[in-house]
Amino acid sequence: MSTPFPSVAALPLAVAPAVPAPASAPAAAAIAAPAAAAPRPARQPLLARPRVQRILYPLLVGLVLIALWQGLVTGLELPSYLVPSPLRMLETLVTDWAALGASLWVTVKITVLAFLVATVAGVLISFLFVQSKRIEMALFPYAVLLQVTPIVAVAPLIIIWVKDPTTSMVICAALVALFPIISNTTLGLRSVEPDLQSYFQLNRATRLQTLLRLRIPSALPYFFGGLRISSGLALIGAVVAEFVAGTGGSGAGLAYQILQAGFQLDIPRMFAALLLISLTGVGMFVAMAWLSRVALGSWHSSEN
Amino acid sequence: MNTAVFPPPAAAPASTPAASTPVVQVLSAEKTYPNGTQALLPVDLCIEEGEFVTLLGPSGCGKSTLLKMVAGLLAPTDGRLHLWRKPVAQLGESGKKMAFVFQSPTLMPWASVQTNVRLPLDLAGVSRAQADARVSEALALVGLAKFASALPRALSGGMQMRVSIARGLVTQPDLLLMDEPFGALDEITRHKLDADLLDLWRKKKLTVIFVTHSIHEAVFLSSRVVMMAVRPGRVVEEFRIEAPYPRSADFMVSPEFSRYAKLLQDSLLRASADTTEIHA
Repeated sequence: MSTPFPSVAALPLAVAPAVPAPASAPAAAAIAAPAAAAPRPARQPLLARPRVQRILYPLLVGLVLIALWQGLVTGLELPSYLVPSPLRMLETLVTDWAALGASLWVTVKITVLAFLVATVAGVLISFLFVQSKRIEMALFPYAVLLQVTPIVAVAPLIIIWVKDPTTSMVICAALVALFPIISNTTLGLRSVEPDLQSYFQLNRATRLQTLLRLRIPSALPYFFGGLRISSGLALIGAVVAEFVAGTGGSGAGLAYQILQAGFQLDIPRMFAALLLISLTGVGMFVAMAWLSRVALGSWHSSEN
Repeated sequence: MNTAVFPPPAAAPASTPAASTPVVQVLSAEKTYPNGTQALLPVDLCIEEGEFVTLLGPSGCGKSTLLKMVAGLLAPTDGRLHLWRKPVAQLGESGKKMAFVFQSPTLMPWASVQTNVRLPLDLAGVSRAQADARVSEALALVGLAKFASALPRALSGGMQMRVSIARGLVTQPDLLLMDEPFGALDEITRHKLDADLLDLWRKKKLTVIFVTHSIHEAVFLSSRVVMMAVRPGRVVEEFRIEAPYPRSADFMVSPEFSRYAKLLQDSLLRASADTTEIHA
């Protein structure tokens, strides 16, 4: 992020003399150019700033892809029940917003609730695991079992057992999102620099002091890594649970909209629902990245 | 090799003259790892108040092991270690304090310099106001008063090591254990910190055990050098460096310094040579 740009600009300076120069004038110009740019490193041109580039580059790719898509659909005159154009999709998003917006809210609610449940449960389980190696040995295989059993296979059972559809879907999604938080936080709580651990031991720190002042801060980078993975998984879990539950009416999520649109061959609407799911996922990820930056930005190398 | 050489703890304090109070007594302490590797053959060592003792030797001679046993971080397989005539584990009862400085700064990267230095006081439950006053004092002592609110990553390696030393001094220890504290620093920074350490040692009347593999550092700093050898790790020789304190940079270019350096170098070669014989 904060890499001073002139150091990159200065590179040709070092390379230039090694190049056999048949035309000395351009070479001299190449040397002179970065040297002239060097005195004012503070104000870079807008497009040269890494922060701008980070947004600009993917945006450009996106625009090109969308333009291509629009061009192909209109150029080949593809019917919208096969591939709708991006414009058609946005149109549907606006016209069907009443239903789609309500569904978006349902899906977001289930995702966020599941994510919160998974985070709290995952952290508590991690604390349990690091209390003793025996507890971890005894319980860790079951955490793995939970992870490897496909949620699609378990979801019908949970939906039968739990009466309230929202609760059952939250449970399904939380199960999917749980494992990365458990494994990452456990790893983090154990990844304490050995000498620092010795230092605490030398100063006769209590278990609680060591946990609060050493283990938890050491675990934070791992924990946030787990959050990023789990935020996406919570959404996947929510959509899968909605598919399996097939709840319609007021409790219909985006997955139900996709199912319905599929039955009715309303492909533009399907695409619109898909777009909303993707945007939800991106939103979750961005929120987690932001949270991680706020918490670790000042000290952890992953955020610099 | 017999513990009877030292008077039993009960009889000791009254009869011992103040000038030669044993701070550290290593009584036939040895370390063998479960796989049978002998890290350290039985060591007997007595360190008195106000001494600056350097443990010098090639890599793997057990000098860090010995230091960690004195600190109570490692338990000896056999033998005992006493601090102020009490087993290491009962250090708290003697009212004396020990501080340990590691080879790396071992600072908490998420906490400011001030919070890092305050850590031992926080752990001991010292009140915030009192602790902050002592932290400022310790930071001033190592010349980092201006950097109290900086994060460790913003400091150079040498400055981080100073923070680590300030954290060691903030508890006002009587015994300072240092495990190759300046090993990773460049030559100039190292000389500067060596000189500063000597000042602190004299000013605070500390007892220091300092681990190094640098002959020059050992001669410059120590009042006594304990030479150790490898495979198996053991103490082989001891040297007293009689040069008077304060020692300035001039001491480092004096004939006396060279003589001591030569003495230690020959001894270090002998200590290392044993290895090659065993391996040949």
